[in-house]
Amino acid sequence: MRQDVWHRLDLLARSILPFFATLLLILVGMVPLRVPALSPVIPSLVMVAVYYWTVYKPNLMPLWAVFLIGLFYDLLGGGPVGVGILSLLLLHGLVGGVRRYMVGASFLAIWLVFAPIAAAAFFAGWALTCLIETRLIDPEPGLFGYLATIAVYPCLAWLFAQLQRSVYRRA
Amino acid sequence: MNNRLGTVSRLATPVKAWVQRFAVFLLVTAALALTLLGKTDSTIVHKTRVAVTDAVAPILDFASRPVGSAVDAIEQVQQLAALAEENAKLRNTNDRLRHWQTVAYRLEAENTALRDMLRMTPDPNTRYVTARVVADTGGAFVRSVLIHAGAGDGVAQGQAAVTGEGLAGRVAQSGGRSARVLLITDMNSRIPVFLANSRERAVLAGDNSSRPMLLYLGPRAQVRPGDRVLTSGVGGVFPAGLPVGVVASAADGQVRVQPFVDWGRMEYLRLIDFEQPGLLLPASGPD
Repeated sequence: MRQDVWHRLDLLARSILPFFATLLLILVGMVPLRVPALSPVIPSLVMVAVYYWTVYKPNLMPLWAVFLIGLFYDLLGGGPVGVGILSLLLLHGLVGGVRRYMVGASFLAIWLVFAPIAAAAFFAGWALTCLIETRLIDPEPGLFGYLATIAVYPCLAWLFAQLQRSVYRRA
Repeated sequence: MNNRLGTVSRLATPVKAWVQRFAVFLLVTAALALTLLGKTDSTIVHKTRVAVTDAVAPILDFASRPVGSAVDAIEQVQQLAALAEENAKLRNTNDRLRHWQTVAYRLEAENTALRDMLRMTPDPNTRYVTARVVADTGGAFVRSVLIHAGAGDGVAQGQAAVTGEGLAGRVAQSGGRSARVLLITDMNSRIPVFLANSRERAVLAGDNSSRPMLLYLGPRAQVRPGDRVLTSGVGGVFPAGLPVGVVASAADGQVRVQPFVDWGRMEYLRLIDFEQPGLLLPASGPD
């Protein structure tokens, strides 16, 4: 009986891991690094996380989880609420559309697919912010953020892969 | 009883299928609704935001301390390497500061005497709250930081946040134990300022770049690179005379200001609780 409870708890922990890991990653991404030259080049760690888990464990990163992650990010970030949500929903949706072609793809291929999808998400975020602020915003910070996000994908994906290997070995 | 359960599950399955098919549509609509809600200055969004930052601030405070110590350690090593040069520079600065200290004392005495003669009203009382910066929440299009002090410590919306060098930003929202400071470089930041040399009034507007620009300068304003920019205190929300920056460039009809604040060394912010007696403070500041 007790084994059953622990087993259930174990399953529960495994299923909520990607969601809470992504929330934690948002906090980690906000820790002040105190390098001012870096401020326009902050990568969007959330985007990498949502992309990775949607590709590898889509049942653990459902649509409503992406919504909540986006909401949490927007509330903390200080920008207009809804921008993060919609760009992450777009990212999630685009991945869902091409996922069936990515089964068994190499790491490089998945990274390559990340590039245009992340571009679409960043563009959507920029366009929405322009709409909300009713003026044209300089897209340069967004462009640098996008490039930084692409660059940071391998490290983060490697980390997640280690996590996935240790936690979901049997899955 | 089996029949009833069967009926319930038969009803639930199509509902679930319907919800799943329209989940995307529902969530996108919900997101757009939230955007509109946030845009129309609703208090719900504001309150939720404040609640979230309040909940998260202690975690961020804990998490940012190791980074702070690591940065300090690296700085110490760098300082050791440049010791002799630093020493000479410091002696030089010390001599100049002693000179300015004498000048300041003389001016202060003169000021008090003149005020006394004119029977001027004394400066209003100012209180200061010092808080640690725990998060740099800026994404690509927002420049704001979170501090680990809230209404419980005396932080209120609209207060000026300064470092040792100059004005860093303004409190956009304050919760129970955390607050968000909108930096002067954020595109929603508007600070009334004036140029020290020509006493021209203007508004410092950020645009997410590292150099905010001056808006609403008079048509015959003479602006030169190197002019100091200070807060003008117009509106009664900020104290006047806070150093903001120097004019960096005045080309193309666009005046850019280089802020005094060293963003890399912004570990603590001082919030100025400034109350102009008898003046109604408008509920300003973006969400």
